[in-house]
Amino acid sequence: MLTASETGVRIYNLGPLEQVPLGEGRAFLVGSTPVAVFRPRNGKVYATQALCTHKGGPLADGLLGGETLVCPLHAYRFNLATGQPVGHECSALRTYAVVVGPDGCIRLALP
Amino acid sequence: MAAKQRLVLIGNGMAGARFLEELTSLGGGEQYDIVAFGDEPYGNYNRILLSGVVSGTHDPKDIFINPLSWYREKGVTLHAGVRAGWIDRDSKKVYAPNNIGETYDKLVLATGSQPFVPPLEGLTREDGRFKEGVFVFRTLDDCSAILAYAQQAKRVAVIGGGLLGLEAARGLLKQGLEVHIVHLTAHLMDAQLDPSSAKLLQRAMESMNIHVHLEKSSTALLGNECVSGIGFKDGSRLDCDMVVLSAGIRPNVDLARASGLTVQRGIVVHNDLSCRNDPNVFAIGECAQHNNVVYGLVAPLWEQARVLAERLSGKNPQAVYRGSRVSTKLKVMGVDLAVMGDKDPRHEEDEVVTYVEPSRGIYKKLVVRDGKLAGAILLGDGQMTPRLLQAFDRSELLPESRSELLFSLGEQSQKLSVADMPDDTQVCNCNGVSKAKLLAAIKGGARSLKAVCDATRAGTGCGSCKPQVQAILEWAADGLVAEDPSVHYYVPGVPLTKVELVRAIKGQDLRSVSAVFAVLAEGREDAASKLGLASLLKTIWGKDYEDERDARFINDRVHANIQNDGTFSVIPRIYGGVTSPDQLRRIADVAEKYQARMVKITGGQRIDLLGLPKESLPAVWQDLGMPSGHAYTKAFRTCKTCVGTDFCRYGLGDSTGLGIQIEQRFQGIESPHKMKLAASGCPRNCAEATTKDVGAVAIEGGRWEVYVGGAAGSKVRKGDVLCVVDTHDEVMQYMGRFMQYYREQGKYLERTYDFVERVGVDHLRQVLVEDSEGMCERLDAEIQAAINAYVDPWKEADHPKHPAQFVRELAVVED
Repeated sequence: MLTASETGVRIYNLGPLEQVPLGEGRAFLVGSTPVAVFRPRNGKVYATQALCTHKGGPLADGLLGGETLVCPLHAYRFNLATGQPVGHECSALRTYAVVVGPDGCIRLALP
Repeated sequence: MAAKQRLVLIGNGMAGARFLEELTSLGGGEQYDIVAFGDEPYGNYNRILLSGVVSGTHDPKDIFINPLSWYREKGVTLHAGVRAGWIDRDSKKVYAPNNIGETYDKLVLATGSQPFVPPLEGLTREDGRFKEGVFVFRTLDDCSAILAYAQQAKRVAVIGGGLLGLEAARGLLKQGLEVHIVHLTAHLMDAQLDPSSAKLLQRAMESMNIHVHLEKSSTALLGNECVSGIGFKDGSRLDCDMVVLSAGIRPNVDLARASGLTVQRGIVVHNDLSCRNDPNVFAIGECAQHNNVVYGLVAPLWEQARVLAERLSGKNPQAVYRGSRVSTKLKVMGVDLAVMGDKDPRHEEDEVVTYVEPSRGIYKKLVVRDGKLAGAILLGDGQMTPRLLQAFDRSELLPESRSELLFSLGEQSQKLSVADMPDDTQVCNCNGVSKAKLLAAIKGGARSLKAVCDATRAGTGCGSCKPQVQAILEWAADGLVAEDPSVHYYVPGVPLTKVELVRAIKGQDLRSVSAVFAVLAEGREDAASKLGLASLLKTIWGKDYEDERDARFINDRVHANIQNDGTFSVIPRIYGGVTSPDQLRRIADVAEKYQARMVKITGGQRIDLLGLPKESLPAVWQDLGMPSGHAYTKAFRTCKTCVGTDFCRYGLGDSTGLGIQIEQRFQGIESPHKMKLAASGCPRNCAEATTKDVGAVAIEGGRWEVYVGGAAGSKVRKGDVLCVVDTHDEVMQYMGRFMQYYREQGKYLERTYDFVERVGVDHLRQVLVEDSEGMCERLDAEIQAAINAYVDPWKEADHPKHPAQFVRELAVVED
């Protein structure tokens, strides 16, 4: 759970989940950190760095399938939960802890 | 969770091991405790490559597929070097020496086959062992023994001129021996070849100094302790100091027979591969007899292994095996040979096409039945083999000109030299994948085109290198190429062909992409399948399609083309490439106001505004006041025109007028891949209509030629003339009919040039011009309905589908 932030972790409220259409992703500028938030149809919510480690593609514009994210520029794949590349050797995506609170708002932790 | 069942496998050869691979990859390890018996003390190895071991081209350690450690990793208990001795089907237990007893819920027999040893006088010594210098050729141990003995031998006779015998002969020739082949009948490889091709093969072998003795029935082996020759029925003899017996194989069925299972030539199995009289015991591979056939080639074994793994893992409990269409491709003594299906005609109506070039040892023979390939023999020239194998496997309707099947049209010949290609040659020019990288992936276990492409990303760009990747795979995998069943699926994530998928979608009334995943893919959503499904559903349901925006590529969510920096390009429709000062002024104003980073004339005679951010798109469209040019999607794109009769002194037809009409009619019509059109006003063809997906060219006499299937991109192809007509209306009628047929029959991402080649222009003329299937009226009505349903997507500027549709980035401050 995302709780106390004494360790330097900051928690941000990204606003209502509905800002991200079902099955899609959206980019957020959280403080000064660009983040992509995804809302696949499996009911979960994930957050990764905003740009692809291959050639900087805008990941929030990608296609989702379960836990897999496909970058819109060159179709490189990543696992949303772990950030790990799938079928290629680019470096993994940074991932961020994210939850939807009882108020229906997305909360994201930045280290 | 229920307790795990126990699955016992007897036989760890090519079929058994393949089954284990398939089963564990489908999650069978979670359902079963798996135990395997293999009577050789190794992991499993590729028996096909044994001749390579004999000839010295392969080291024994290179032919192992899975080492013993693989079994540990997969949680499989392997009794290596242990031969199962007895099956008690009442208590469901397999017994083996050293007090091994394994109980089973499911038992799989993959006991393979053994060499047939003909009854020869003097075969054995007093102690019952073979005379020294006499060998069979079946296992890795046989190979080692043959190799060791060959070092001291001078003259070897191989008894049996079948496939395996020739392979053995090849190996022994390379060891420096004088090689003789002794064969019972009048021609070599009589199971696969007809007399003419066998004769050519024989000549090729004799030119390599192999001695062939036909119609020789061996009756005795001469010599005391060591073999010194063969005696024949006709009284003659052949001196030799080594003999390899390769007179065919017999299924290993003793264990099954002793256990009371039904055995004829092989263990008799049903379509679910279970034994006739025990539903918990299954048989696959060379020991199994399905529908009266016992298969000895690798591809059917793999099909059986796959089907059984799908059934037992629960991935597809309804999977059935319906027999295999047998084909094989091999190099016999360095000579390319491919055989498939029937080697001779079976009915009077069967058509036989042959081409013989004795001086080069080339022989090609096709047996055509009902317009489809029923069989073929291709010797000495492998150029057309992939094409014919495909036609055979898929029962394709053949082109009427049979010569197209016998000879390549030049273009493909470049891919054939894959063996000579240096390792650092770049094969995939989109992703920069070299031959060396492909070879590494193949050596690492990728055996199908899809697996190689997934592992290296080769072929995942424009796809035009796939034939070359396939050629490298076939060359490097040496007969081990797997056909990935998913190549027949319409999309990778739903295990159905297009026909099956359409039937399921209609039958179960599935109107959205998520509904298809839920019902037909066990709820597993696959990103790579979404776009193809969306395209198909839209074609099936039209306005009743339930459009889910997440099943669209970003371009189709925001109706613009994403660029390498995440900005977008906007191309408004300019009908027929004919614009006006007013339009140009508006475009210029928009380009300035929204700071387009580049303004470019496109190849389709339009104007592209590049470098626009997503959030400005709605305002750009509103200010332009022009409809979308659909330059970002799989749909009708544009109709390029030349000036035509309006101004051109050569003009024979009103190409600009026609182009404008075409664009107004077909704008936004979605299709399996993009469609680029053109209309040329005379045969000088300045609009390049003959290399477009669909094109029209005016000819003298006030008529128009309608072309389909042209291309001038990653592939260059001149289109085929579908028909010649008189009026603009007729041009558009046939164009529309073709487009609708392509929309219905084309595979997703199959361009028209591949589609036209696949179905054949003759077929298209019959269906679309002569109306041979009585469907023209319906096609015309369907395309009209699609045209009527057209809405300019740029109207979403006023009515976005989602409040965040055009949002690029939301800013958040600390909570």
